[in-house]
Amino acid sequence: MDLQLSPEEQAFRDELRRFFDSAVPPAIRAKVRREERTTKEELVAWQRILHARGWAVPHWPVEWGGTGWNAVQRYLFREELFAAGAPEPQIFNVNMLGPLLLAYGTPAQKQRFLPRAARLDDWWCQGFSEPGAGSDLAALKTSARREGDVFVVHGQKVWTSTARHADWIFLLVRTGQFAKKQEGISLLLADMRTPGITVRPIETIDGANEVNEVFFDDVRVPAENLVGEEHQGWSCAKYLLGHERVGIANVGLTKNRIRRIRELAARVRIGQGTLLDDRGFAERLALLEMELLALEITQLRAVTAHAGHESVPNATVLKITGSALQQRAAELLLEAGGPLAIPLQPAEPEEEIATPGWARMITPTYCYSRAATIYGGTNEVLRNVMARSALGL
Amino acid sequence: MQLQLTEDQRLLRDSLDRFLADRYGFEQRRAHQRQAAGYNREIWSAFAELGLLGLLLPAEQDGFGGSFVDAMVVMESFGRALVVEPYLPSLLLAGRCISLAGDAAQRARLLPGLIAGELVLAFAHAEPQARYDLADVETTARRQANGWVLDGRKSLVQAGASADWLVVSARTAGATRDANGISLFLVPRGAPGLVLRDYATHDGLHAADLRLDGLRLPADALLGAPAEALPLIERLVDGAIAGLVAELVGIMSALQALTLDHIRTRVQFGRPIGSNQVLQHRVVDMTMAIEQARSMAILAAIEADAPDPRRRRLAISTAKTVAGQAATQVARDAVQLHGGMGITLDHPVGHYFKRVAAIEASLGNGAHHLGLVAAGGGLANALP
Ligand SMILES: Cc1cc2nc3c(=O)[nH]c(=O)nc-3n(C[C@H](O)[C@H](O)[C@H](O)COP(=O)(O)OP(=O)(O)OC[C@H]3O[C@@H](n4cnc5c(N)ncnc54)[C@H](O)[C@@H]3O)c2cc1C
Repeated sequence: MDLQLSPEEQAFRDELRRFFDSAVPPAIRAKVRREERTTKEELVAWQRILHARGWAVPHWPVEWGGTGWNAVQRYLFREELFAAGAPEPQIFNVNMLGPLLLAYGTPAQKQRFLPRAARLDDWWCQGFSEPGAGSDLAALKTSARREGDVFVVHGQKVWTSTARHADWIFLLVRTGQFAKKQEGISLLLADMRTPGITVRPIETIDGANEVNEVFFDDVRVPAENLVGEEHQGWSCAKYLLGHERVGIANVGLTKNRIRRIRELAARVRIGQGTLLDDRGFAERLALLEMELLALEITQLRAVTAHAGHESVPNATVLKITGSALQQRAAELLLEAGGPLAIPLQPAEPEEEIATPGWARMITPTYCYSRAATIYGGTNEVLRNVMARSALGL
Repeated sequence: MQLQLTEDQRLLRDSLDRFLADRYGFEQRRAHQRQAAGYNREIWSAFAELGLLGLLLPAEQDGFGGSFVDAMVVMESFGRALVVEPYLPSLLLAGRCISLAGDAAQRARLLPGLIAGELVLAFAHAEPQARYDLADVETTARRQANGWVLDGRKSLVQAGASADWLVVSARTAGATRDANGISLFLVPRGAPGLVLRDYATHDGLHAADLRLDGLRLPADALLGAPAEALPLIERLVDGAIAGLVAELVGIMSALQALTLDHIRTRVQFGRPIGSNQVLQHRVVDMTMAIEQARSMAILAAIEADAPDPRRRRLAISTAKTVAGQAATQVARDAVQLHGGMGITLDHPVGHYFKRVAAIEASLGNGAHHLGLVAAGGGLANALP
């Protein structure tokens, strides 16, 4: 066993570093470092930069713009991306729609959508959850009635991230009633400009409006936009949720957060020193770093595993531990901020009297970190699945 | 030993809860917050009619007397309803300050208006560099021919911009973090040389940053003896912490009620999510947390005005630490059990969550107060 990168891997990492060092626009880097939300324009601009370098969709097949990298290289790409303060590529396009169409799409669908998705010419969002169907996704009710060569969609989605920016949505709909609720679900692609679609933003506890309700009032979707077989959408959904989710542990995100904590704590004066000299605080921070290192190695064990290897940690382990550490980091950030974290809108620099602008994102980060144990399958439900499938309980 | 509310205290709680149920629902609260000041002056007047604004002020100053246990009852109810009116700065900080340190003329000028709900007061002590060190005051006050000139900055002054009068601390002697040399001054709204920047805080309240630019005050603006204000400031802040701890208890009980209701009614997988034991246990754990916090609110109320400052320090820091930790856990679990709903502002649970975070960060977070107790050798049976 060896934790060191091989010379080839090191050379690869250096190449990544050189690229990220010069390619990330400074304004975007500054935002990512502070965990401020990037705008749609910024994310599109960044995706185009990656695209020009041939790295927009590393894990897609080469013929669709992928890189042909192995798992370690893909892992290094993500780590270096975070370390450089670069935004994560738009996950709905890159990590969801792409793999979905590659597995289930018709040749025509791939041709039409994949190149545009890779360049972020189309912005995609994910319409799965509904008011009555969260953890119990198969309880979804949004219906699609076949009328000749269109599906007429009626119903409501909720928590749809970035729907306001989206050109397209991939959504689960009910096309038939069967004995099992998992049957009779289909997956459709809908143009967000189709008449009958309305989007209502939801304000979240961090003050952002990234999630939305999406209403479908007899929306006509061409039948050619059905992905996979009619009534077989559940297998598509399961494939997506079980698909190798690169970086599900979000180690890079937590590392970035720890860097923020250090920077911030170094500015907080306590007695003769700074908060970093406070024994209790320094210990809590060090403990977090230790546990994060453990997770990083766990993740590397998963990344470097081949078929037939023993003791490969599964994605649920990474998600549960990873979300807990993300939240711990956010808690330490709040602790470091102290009273400076309380103002909602610290002054713009020119108007600043007392509360520094750099403290602006502390409380939003802390609040929003709670979502990490809710989206993508709540931690309770993930534990249920592990109890059943991994431990046979 | 007596650890129960008296009949009068139960009546006070019940009538206040009735009033808040009537005037302080979730949507009504939003309307109060949308008022220019960030709260509703009519509610403030109603608090006066309920006798809340004379609490803790002695009868000889036309107050209604009352103890910190009475204040605990009020703050707990305020926590349940997430009241945004500036009770804590007006009464527990500035009002008590004037009551304890003011001369007859100063008291006569301000206390009747406070008690009648005509005035709002603010307490401007904290400074951006100070974090939780109450002795860290850079703002200066220089004596001049017939008064004082103040220069410096203050931060996070709750209701600072809407207050009619502010109590402002400034250094008349000593170096930045000296215990000696801090004095208090009464400053009217709109005083020339006072620049205010009003902003909302994450918990839906309003605060202001202040710049004092050669702010001139008359001689009679000095509140209490010069250069000796720190012990009084500590006493006032400890009283305010007792109030915050009681507020946390109210918030926690509201969060538990909301969560219980949610897991009983939210159906997933064909049955209420509350039929899953893992969720039941989380809500049961809230009961443990609430009982711990309630005991801390009682301790804080009993010791908030203890004559021995060391005893008061241990009690108040213990209460802030333990209750803060308990409330934080309850708030996180409440959000988690609400699923996506928990992270929106369309639902009350997120608002409670943010208030808990702000209380935790206010007047010393858990780490700070834990540090104070540990540095003093722990509790070592000093309490009760
Ligand atoms: C920030 C954010 C972004 C999101 N983005 C998207 C998106 O883009 N597209 C999309 O389709 N969805 C999205 N979601 C929705 C997300 O997938 C759901 O919130 C999630 O599946 C949980 O569903 P729910 O919110 O309805 O909670 P519920 O399912 O109602 O769960 C409430 C609570 O009950 C618990 N619970 C439920 N069932 C069980 C059980 N059997 N045993 C034990 N505990 C249980 C849960 O763990 C949770 O604590 C997003 C959510 C968030 C918070």
